[in-house]
Amino acid sequence: MNSLRTTAIATLLLAATSLGQANATTYNRGNSADPETLDQHKTSTTYESVILRDLYEGLVTYSADGKLVPGVAKSYELSKDGLVYTFHFRDDAKWSNGEPVVAGDFVFSFRRILTPETGAKYATVLYPIKNAEAAATGKMDVKEIGVKAIDDKTLQITLNAPTPYFIGLLAHQSALPVYPATVKKYGSDFVRPEHIVTNGAFTLKSFVPNDAITAVKNPYFHDADTVRIDAVKYYPTEDRSAAMRRFEAGELDTNNDVPLEQIDYLKETFKDQFHVAPYLGTYYYAINTQKEKLADADVRRALSMAIDRDYLAEDIWGGTMVAAYSFVPPGIANYDSPARTSWADMDILDREDKAREILESKGYTPAHPLKIEIRYNTSENHKNTAVAIADMWKNIGVEATLLNTDAKTHYANLRDGGDFDVARAGWIGDYSDPQNFLFLGLSDNKGLNYAKYNNPAFDAVMAKAAKTVDLKERAKLLKQAEEMYLNDVPNISLLYYSSKNLVSNKVHGFKDNLLDVHLSRYISIDR
Amino acid sequence: MLRYVTGRLLSAIPTLFLIITISFFLIRVAPGGPFDLERPLEAKVMENLNKIYNLDKSLPEQYLLYLKSVLHGDFGPSFFFRDFSINELFAKSLPISMQLGLTALTLALIVGGILGITAALRQNHSVDYSVMAAATLGVTIPNFVVAPCLTLVFGVWLGWLPVGGWEGGKFVNAVLPVITLALPQVAVVARLTRGSMIEALRSNHVRTARAYGLSGYTIIVVHALRGAILPVVSYLGPAAAALLTGSVVIETIFGIPGIGRYFVQGALNRDYTLVMGTVVVVACFVIIFNIIVDLVYALLDPRVRFD
Repeated sequence: MNSLRTTAIATLLLAATSLGQANATTYNRGNSADPETLDQHKTSTTYESVILRDLYEGLVTYSADGKLVPGVAKSYELSKDGLVYTFHFRDDAKWSNGEPVVAGDFVFSFRRILTPETGAKYATVLYPIKNAEAAATGKMDVKEIGVKAIDDKTLQITLNAPTPYFIGLLAHQSALPVYPATVKKYGSDFVRPEHIVTNGAFTLKSFVPNDAITAVKNPYFHDADTVRIDAVKYYPTEDRSAAMRRFEAGELDTNNDVPLEQIDYLKETFKDQFHVAPYLGTYYYAINTQKEKLADADVRRALSMAIDRDYLAEDIWGGTMVAAYSFVPPGIANYDSPARTSWADMDILDREDKAREILESKGYTPAHPLKIEIRYNTSENHKNTAVAIADMWKNIGVEATLLNTDAKTHYANLRDGGDFDVARAGWIGDYSDPQNFLFLGLSDNKGLNYAKYNNPAFDAVMAKAAKTVDLKERAKLLKQAEEMYLNDVPNISLLYYSSKNLVSNKVHGFKDNLLDVHLSRYISIDR
Repeated sequence: MLRYVTGRLLSAIPTLFLIITISFFLIRVAPGGPFDLERPLEAKVMENLNKIYNLDKSLPEQYLLYLKSVLHGDFGPSFFFRDFSINELFAKSLPISMQLGLTALTLALIVGGILGITAALRQNHSVDYSVMAAATLGVTIPNFVVAPCLTLVFGVWLGWLPVGGWEGGKFVNAVLPVITLALPQVAVVARLTRGSMIEALRSNHVRTARAYGLSGYTIIVVHALRGAILPVVSYLGPAAAALLTGSVVIETIFGIPGIGRYFVQGALNRDYTLVMGTVVVVACFVIIFNIIVDLVYALLDPRVRFD
């Protein structure tokens, strides 16, 4: 029986490939870097998610315009207390070997990512699940986590506290399922093309580092009929200029980054093929609030006020960033409009005057200027931004020096209690919810609270928001927290990120969205 | 000769050992580790990752473990490309870099040699001047300028050749990378050949050959060139080692999955095993090509003998 089925599958696959060869459409997709691994439980970056979302489908997934839509689960119910989710699976959810996707596969997957031995880098995003944190830190058996298969088609997930963004979390790559049988059989080698079994619109055919990853259409995918692409080739386009030329020559259909130093050429040459759209991220400078000279919120505010964000956005970043006066980017879900700094509408010259005034009142004079070192990680635009800011600070009498290191050194220094003054950082949301930005300011967030901001009142409001089920009430509390945060200036919000895609005129179905997610299953290409 | 080669190979062992030792400890001095991300890891996760990759052991212990596995021909798992071992990465990438490098080297030797000889024979004529001017340009323009220009002209504007990609090693995909790799080498080989050829043409044994009334071709190829090529050979040793182990610039610009990119990727990602692997590979190539150069010297120059 088993061998019969294998033969049948092989015939089907063969048929699919030979059919495809008649008029196969390959989507040549530029993707800014190679994945560290194709094991969804060990990944952490957006360029890995691009590939994984094509290979796998979670309980929920994204539509072409980046909205959450049903995935493996066709529907779900939430208990009144906001703690228990019950998911009902679609009947036609199948793995690429034809086996049905069952609730037990998800139980296996959630347990796997929350097992410390897996070495999952992003398990923390699943901590809203009951007992997940205890399991991931080795304090509890992983079987105790709040994920349970009621039957093959029903999965129940219990949370610690009501979490309005939980459904959004389930679309994250960490919540994608693995095929238990191959993981058990091959261990970490289950990701190899010869072993891998996926449940998404595509399945892996080959992976050559620094060359390309090839995925082919999965004939068992429940929506395979609507998938117009037969194969996707993901090219790691580390050299953005080279990628741009490949795009120009028609070798790439899309690329998800551009060489920012050639922004004028890009706009002129590609016109509407160059997509710039709001993206869920904030570019900021973290201030070391533990430093004596920077411990005063007024001084930090003066530094923030003196920065002309419009100049940075337009002249340094060529209009590919947007001036930021809040920490949470606009357009985010479960929020009203973000809070704004009180001086956001003041003219830059007035702001400079005010900043100078503040610094003078704190005893900083031309004879005794405030001296600050700006640290940034290697990138032409980070450098240009730092140079411009140092110059703006010079206007208010601050002497700024620059220090550049590579990314690993930079972040290691920020985290390990490094002795910095001001350092460049950025945050891209993992899911669309203000909590995913504001939690950077929690005093117990040792790893990401670079500023070492410690405000018990802020922590208290955040804790209260975390327990609030009513979304409006919760949004109000979070906004209150953001106002506190902006007022204390542990970080200087500088710019909101934009997504920057090159999309050929031949490509259809590529819709710009806040999360910059574009599943290949929605794309079609004129050949 | 066999004894000579064996001796040289044996003497390479302590050199390699020293290189491995120094690099092993040097890479660990760099701040940050392979698992440091923007978003820090849970202590328990970090602990487990360190355990999987033996990073929880003391540095001397790790060093001994590494030496042991290298002796068994195993360069260990990659810390960054976590689905691959270093051996697998090299098995895929080294042949590609070698193929490109070898083609470029052959091209450089033939084109550069012919240009150099032509220039030497027409010394101080317009041919000589134009060849030398072109060679100076070839040496001074860096490949990160040449490569984008070539792709722009032949790929984007004319559309004759692909701008990038390897596609399993199709001929058209190799043309521009090989030319870019070969250009500076052509220039160097041409200059070296010209210089030594001019000298050789003035030497006593060539004058004697002329006096015997030998044909121009015999004089140039058999008598003059044999001596004139020696400086080129000594240049080619290290040049070949560098070319065959890939070029990070060219491989990145053309999107070629060669070994050259691993030098930089390894260092930036703190992929300790990848860095060590590339160092060992390059060291081996340098050692081997130096031996080859010495052997070729003996073949060409009757004054050099192995004893």
